[in-house]
Amino acid sequence: MDTLPPGAWLPITFAVLMAVAMLLYAVLDGFDLGVGILLRATEDEPTRDRMVASIGPFWDANETWLVLGVGLLLVAFPAAHGLILTALYIPVALMLMGLILRGVAFEFRAKAPAPQKPRWDMVFQGGSIIAAFSQGWMLGSYILGFAEGWLAFGFAMLTGVFTVSAYALIGACWLVWRGEGALQLLAAQWARRALYISWAGVLVVSATTPIVSPRIFERWFSLPELLGLAPIPLATGGLFLLLHIFLRRFPRVDNSLDWVPFAATAAIFVLCFQGLAYSFWPYVVPEKLTIFAAASAPESLKIILVGALAVLPMIGLYTFFIWRIFGGKARELRYY
Amino acid sequence: MDPILLARIQFAANISFHILFPTITIALGWVLLFLKLRFDKTGDAAWMDAYKFWVKVFALSFALGVVSGVTMSFQFGTNWPGFMERVGNIAGPLLAYEVLTAFFLEASFLAVMLFGYGRVPNRIHTLATLLVAGGTSASAFWIIVLNSWMHTPVGYEIRDGVVHATDWMAIIFNPSMPYRLAHMMLASGLTVSFLMAGLSAWRWLRGDHSPGVVRALKTGVVLGAILIPIQMFAGDAHGLNTLKHQPQKIAAMEGIWHTERGPGLVLFAVPDAATQTNKYEIKIPLLGSLILTHSLDGEVKGISEFGDNHPPVAPVFYAFRIMVGVGVLMLLVSWWGVWTIRKRGITPWLARVLVGMTFSGWVATLAGWYVTEIGRQPWLVTGILRTGEAAGPVAATTILGSLIMYLALYAALLLAYILTLMHLARRPAAHEPEKLGGPDTLKPVPAE
Repeated sequence: MDTLPPGAWLPITFAVLMAVAMLLYAVLDGFDLGVGILLRATEDEPTRDRMVASIGPFWDANETWLVLGVGLLLVAFPAAHGLILTALYIPVALMLMGLILRGVAFEFRAKAPAPQKPRWDMVFQGGSIIAAFSQGWMLGSYILGFAEGWLAFGFAMLTGVFTVSAYALIGACWLVWRGEGALQLLAAQWARRALYISWAGVLVVSATTPIVSPRIFERWFSLPELLGLAPIPLATGGLFLLLHIFLRRFPRVDNSLDWVPFAATAAIFVLCFQGLAYSFWPYVVPEKLTIFAAASAPESLKIILVGALAVLPMIGLYTFFIWRIFGGKARELRYY
Repeated sequence: MDPILLARIQFAANISFHILFPTITIALGWVLLFLKLRFDKTGDAAWMDAYKFWVKVFALSFALGVVSGVTMSFQFGTNWPGFMERVGNIAGPLLAYEVLTAFFLEASFLAVMLFGYGRVPNRIHTLATLLVAGGTSASAFWIIVLNSWMHTPVGYEIRDGVVHATDWMAIIFNPSMPYRLAHMMLASGLTVSFLMAGLSAWRWLRGDHSPGVVRALKTGVVLGAILIPIQMFAGDAHGLNTLKHQPQKIAAMEGIWHTERGPGLVLFAVPDAATQTNKYEIKIPLLGSLILTHSLDGEVKGISEFGDNHPPVAPVFYAFRIMVGVGVLMLLVSWWGVWTIRKRGITPWLARVLVGMTFSGWVATLAGWYVTEIGRQPWLVTGILRTGEAAGPVAATTILGSLIMYLALYAALLLAYILTLMHLARRPAAHEPEKLGGPDTLKPVPAE
């Protein structure tokens, strides 16, 4: 990585854009899926309704970040897109099924006849779990460079479980922020349980990546890099500790800090993502294909970049507007 | 089994399922805006009743469209990696513009449109309806641009086997784009008008004669009656455009095996690829020539001229007849409907016929897309990439597994969709709005 190829700024820009889209997806749809995963942890139908209402105005736009992320992979790095998606054929198909089930259950559970509602709740939760699990599966498989065999498969299953737990964590923290009364207390309880599994997950993944790849080991555990990088794991650990303390002392007297667990979890997502991005740079397909080798023609990337730079600020603006309209504690949602 | 065939069936199943829902939402967005504007102007509650019902249909259709659309964006990679590798430099930016200019817009403002009434000023709610309608149409625009370019590619050059863009204006306004776009937008309008008329007629037959229901029924019938002749004109123009750029598709549509001067119009036949003839043919002399070339002795090329570069005749031929047949039926029903309503108001017989036509738009739209997409074969991108070349390395058994999963899922969802539409329609027009959940017993939250 000493000398960059000429014109490298374009692939780098797109790799950054893609990574940001994926990260935003993981945080934003992460809490949607998390709420879905937790949906049936309570038997109480009104509480479930409030949980769904808290994510109702957001989930669609949140899922669009996945379309943008994979879209950027598709348009900026077509060769990698083909390699990655054919290697991940089964988890991708499963994830899509999960996302389909979760997405339609939003509408059906509100519109289908009342006796069918519990069934759509099951579809909602099942879809959320399947989607989260298969995203974790993909992550595990990606980390191991799409290696095959039982060990790799086992690792991917493990990252699948950890991802379900990480999404449940951020979903529960979302409900601590947006929920009230009994729901908020329940959510704090759920968050505590998910916290420890997620913590274990981060440790396992952090330990595995340098073990399986000497290149990544080299990148992290050599001086002076180690000193510069130390803040990443330290900050992650600190945030986990903060969550642990905050959730144990919950409920607090006033609600002014309800957003803290969500923000802390989102920050953990960012740090983990940063760690992974540092490990794999400049590869888009681990150890096989760099972003420079996989990039599309410059003239095509430029025309997308023009559009992206013109439109992304507008997307940011109206996303802010929507978050303002539906800000604060979740209220019931009425159609029309 | 042949993995390419399986991948094609899977993509066809996916895109067929997907197109059902955008076909509704593209036009329904504008119809909702119309209803909302009528309400804003007149203050007549019937318009708002109609809006409240149809916005739910919109929400349901939109959700199904989104999830099946996400699936397709992944299937490019999982099943057709060769497509993006060869033409990614063109397809990529067009898809990116769709996501950037349309997807976020519609997904964000849909929330305001669905749940914002009462939370935001009425004008912002109307604006959100406009932005959602604009977003769905923008999405349709970009995807039609890409699809049309795959039929009639221009504005590119091939370097090292990879397509590079040379002229974006030519790519976007490629020769078949305006015709396909007009044809599809009108198809969407017709699908929605018959859906509105049919579902409202069903409510009417069940005894709900409230103004909101009657208003929606009439809006549907009148809209259909206006759009169908325009659609026939647009379809004819699209056909002439196809004759110019993809004559082999026209030959298959018309069942013309050998080049003819002044061909007749084949109304019905059983095309036989083995002997390159039509069996049981019923045809009107010279009419085909009149329609296709606007003269009595125009020359139309037959399938045998194109060697291997022509689509399978039978599916294109039949699908075309289904599309045109449904179109003619739409013309008869909507015009008869307008006439009846003006003379005698809504009658039980009219309502029954309209119920029968509820999903006619879906049938015609699917048949039309089969004509144009099968008609492009054996090419994925005309003259540049054959369908078989784009397929990926995934094993047949894996594809078969995912195909079965998708088919089961789509069948179940389609059933749930139609049953839910009927369930919604069973309820009276003016009733308590249902919440995203059910009754609310949690601590009430004071309004901001």
